[in-house]
Amino acid sequence: MTKTIKFTIKHEWIVPLTDNRARIGITDFAQQELGDIVYVENAEVDDKVNAGDSLGVIESVKAASDFYAPISGTIVKVNESLEDEPEKINSDPYEAGWLVEIEFTDPSELEQLLDEAAYQNLIAEGEE
Amino acid sequence: MTTYNKMIFEVSQPGRIGVDLPTSDVDPVTLTDKFPSHLLRDSEAELPEVSELQLMRHYTALSNKNYGVDSGFYPLGSCTMKYNPKVNEDIARLDGISRIHPYQPEETVQGALQLLYELQADLAEITGMDEVSLQPSAGAQGEWTGLMIAKHYHKQNGQNRTKVLVPDSAHGTNPATAAIAGFETVTIPSNEAGLVDLAELKQHVNEETAALMLTNPNTLGLFEKDIVEIAQVVHEAGGLLYYDGANANAILGRTTPGKMGFDIVHLNLHKTFTTPHGGGGPGAGPVGVTKELAPYLPIPRVEKNGDQYTLNTSEKLSIGRVKGYYGNFGILARAYTYIRTMGPDGLYQVSESAVLHANYLKKRLEPYYATPYPQVCKHEFVLSGSKQKKLGVRTLDIAKRLLDFGYHPPTIYFPLNVEEGLMIEPTETETKETLDAFADTMIAIAKEVENDPQMVLNAPHTTVIGRLDETKASRKPILRYTKED
Amino acid sequence: MTARFRYLPDTIEDQQAMLDFLKMDSLDDLYADLPKSIRLTEPLTIPAALPESLLVKKMHQLAGRNINANQYSYFLGAGTYDHFIPSVVNHVISRSEFYTAYTPYQPEISQGELQAIFEFQTMVCELTGMDVANSSMYDGFTAVAEAAALAVTSTKRPKVIVAETVHPETRAILATNAEGLEYTVNTAERTGDITSLTCLAEQTDEQTAAIIVQYPNFLGSIEDLAEIKKIAQDNGALFIVSANPLALAVLQAPGKLGADIVVGDMQPLGIPMSFGGPHCGYFAATKKLMRKIPGRIVGQSNDADGKRGFTLALQAREQHIRRERASSNICSNQALNALASAVCMSALGKKGIQQMAKLNIEKADYLANQLREKGFPIHNQSAFFNEFVVELPVSTKDANQALFEAGFIGGFDLSGIYSLDTHMLIAVTEQRTKEEIDQFVAVLGALS
Repeated sequence: MTKTIKFTIKHEWIVPLTDNRARIGITDFAQQELGDIVYVENAEVDDKVNAGDSLGVIESVKAASDFYAPISGTIVKVNESLEDEPEKINSDPYEAGWLVEIEFTDPSELEQLLDEAAYQNLIAEGEE
Repeated sequence: MTTYNKMIFEVSQPGRIGVDLPTSDVDPVTLTDKFPSHLLRDSEAELPEVSELQLMRHYTALSNKNYGVDSGFYPLGSCTMKYNPKVNEDIARLDGISRIHPYQPEETVQGALQLLYELQADLAEITGMDEVSLQPSAGAQGEWTGLMIAKHYHKQNGQNRTKVLVPDSAHGTNPATAAIAGFETVTIPSNEAGLVDLAELKQHVNEETAALMLTNPNTLGLFEKDIVEIAQVVHEAGGLLYYDGANANAILGRTTPGKMGFDIVHLNLHKTFTTPHGGGGPGAGPVGVTKELAPYLPIPRVEKNGDQYTLNTSEKLSIGRVKGYYGNFGILARAYTYIRTMGPDGLYQVSESAVLHANYLKKRLEPYYATPYPQVCKHEFVLSGSKQKKLGVRTLDIAKRLLDFGYHPPTIYFPLNVEEGLMIEPTETETKETLDAFADTMIAIAKEVENDPQMVLNAPHTTVIGRLDETKASRKPILRYTKED
Repeated sequence: MTARFRYLPDTIEDQQAMLDFLKMDSLDDLYADLPKSIRLTEPLTIPAALPESLLVKKMHQLAGRNINANQYSYFLGAGTYDHFIPSVVNHVISRSEFYTAYTPYQPEISQGELQAIFEFQTMVCELTGMDVANSSMYDGFTAVAEAAALAVTSTKRPKVIVAETVHPETRAILATNAEGLEYTVNTAERTGDITSLTCLAEQTDEQTAAIIVQYPNFLGSIEDLAEIKKIAQDNGALFIVSANPLALAVLQAPGKLGADIVVGDMQPLGIPMSFGGPHCGYFAATKKLMRKIPGRIVGQSNDADGKRGFTLALQAREQHIRRERASSNICSNQALNALASAVCMSALGKKGIQQMAKLNIEKADYLANQLREKGFPIHNQSAFFNEFVVELPVSTKDANQALFEAGFIGGFDLSGIYSLDTHMLIAVTEQRTKEEIDQFVAVLGALS
């Protein structure tokens, strides 16, 4: 069971907290691209999602971007503090700016995601 | 005057009033006798209390903090900010135009119905369509009306077509409208020349295609020269071709959407036909269609039987009603007045001047700003601020610097497929002197970016207010006035 | 020699200079990329240009073929009303800094428009009792459809219930919209002049996104919003109220009676009838729905020096950013008409608007009483605002003909809509004098 951070090609990160529970957010790169985040339309607890489904929408002044579930499962917790302080996603995307916690059933889905090196390569390629 | 910064609620004083209503000449009614008490207000609506002069001073001060076409050059791409003729305003305010009721008997509004009927015919001729409905309130509603017509048409023919194709340069309204009409959007990438990529189009057109939505000239100001073949590809697959008339100011009298092969057209009367933008509306977005689609147009239809103009509400195949009554009549009266002012010769000259002006301005700016699409443009063109971005100045900064010179900036960051886009539409109603002065200013700013970038980065310097904190306005929105205690 | 036009400044020399600069021989070169097959070869067959002097004469003649409210006295309402409009309204909206401006996307040079709309939003909130209002919609009818769309998308429920007493055109437009967004519209029948609460309760269930009622309703009567709210609440449905803003000067604000969304048309406050448009829809909602409201909204902010200013806010909701994920495609608003109504509301003020509403109530009440005395049954059992339904001994069409001959535009013919075949919907605004009302009664009294 890997406890390390994984990434999607759509710039979400996921960190397993236990064997069947993980925390999800968007990457530092994603928050920079969006600019000042003003609002998060987050998923709701008990939402059941498949990998790749939209979890919600992150709004900046001039953009609105969906964020997606890296793996399948049930949402068990959402970061309610983002309602009042969405700017946490800008200032601390990997810690205070997390979005949801998910309970998953198929850990093998995690294996299909990018590791840190692969994700860094992806960003580097995009900037060329 | 521009230092005035009061809200109307802040100049209000209890006991003042700006009207004198007549005293009642009938028996008084005690509200609590007539209405159940829980349905009567328990607190007054806090409207301002001002005298008539206070009111005029307030709004005059506000108007002094606003910029319109009458204030100066407004080269806002895709918006066609041309002169708004004054006679149109006078006509729209005639008692016989403004003080008539939509439900009064048809015999008592023959002039109004005649105006609508003739305007339908004029717009049909101008667009090369067979029939026109003047109902939709604005371009977006026209688009939706058009797509609902497509939906009904396909359904009537027993076909389930769920996809609407939209080029990547399209305005956001196109995909939004497709969604509201219950279609899925498929985005077609443009080729390097900024035009619809025929090969890509062919890949995406199939038996699910309900329609292709296209502006021509497109949002880059370029004429889709393959339009005949594009139409053929879509039609052969059983789809319809939808013309977004946002850019119709380029083609009046030269060609028509009908000639190009389009089946459905909407026009923005507040762009091509000089009705004022009003600070955001009201506009009007008439829809024209081919004979085959005419039965699906919204009701009521304005028709002529013998000498009488009538309203027909009983078309069986119609998509139904899309707006209250008969469209934005006051706006339609302005457009009618304009078309009568110009006639066929005038409209022809409108477009060729608009296109000449755009090309002239583009060529003057080409040495200083990147021009991603160097070919002849139509009524507007798109520059890129990419050169300036490398020097640390963004297109937004250039736009703000233009404010200091008394110009309204061009449309920026649109279309989305141009980096740091600046979309310029000079229109036909500007003089060559104005175009030259604007070009000189744009060139001066380009030089400033090189020599004194801070000047541009910190702009504007001369406006009544600096750049506003938009993040704050959306993060912790304050959307109404609240009295401070 | 080509004709010259006063809106087109290019001289022959200007054109030549620009063509020379472009290294082009003629204006036709600008259109060289148009395929030959699509070029027009003949001039457009539209009427020839008219000089301003002749055009104005012609337009006066055309307008003269319409009977207008300066010539006849109107007892016709049904959604559009002949109300008094103070002169200041037209003077303010005729300032070209307002009417020739585009949407205020550049706040630094649009503070006037932005502030005026911000004030408008505040006034709408005050009248409706809601937390937030947008900068306006096309009209009151389409605003209802937008509200229904919001309810369906935000509750993820597939059905709305609309009261039969809602304006028939609203219901027709709702049906067209529902077809696009693929939701169901059910109608809750009326008993007499108001919505049947039993029928409404039976139809509302956990699939219901919203209940939609009109206040006062199409027949003029005041629905009991408090009772209807209970039904909505019991089923978790949103409560949408379409309200006449003038009536809200005296009637309880829908927001205080539990409305989630309040919409309507500002036409009664400062906007001419204009044969039905342009009018000005308004849209107000609870804070909870703030980020789902369609259309433009103006917000307050400040610049780097801390100076108060206004800008378009919450733009990430809108079609130009959300594209196919937007829940509404509206781009424009009715800014100039919203300004007109803000000016009218400022002129009337806190007291004047109540006085105007009360004049409407009293005059309608007086006419109803006069008709009752003459033996005409009044259909409304509930309290009404400035409109009510009267039963006539002849068809409404015949009655209206007699009224027309006496200088009146009579009421709305209800035949064919509610199977009220000899019923007329009559509106009485503050514009009607006692003398006009008495004459009106006399004409109807002579029918039988």
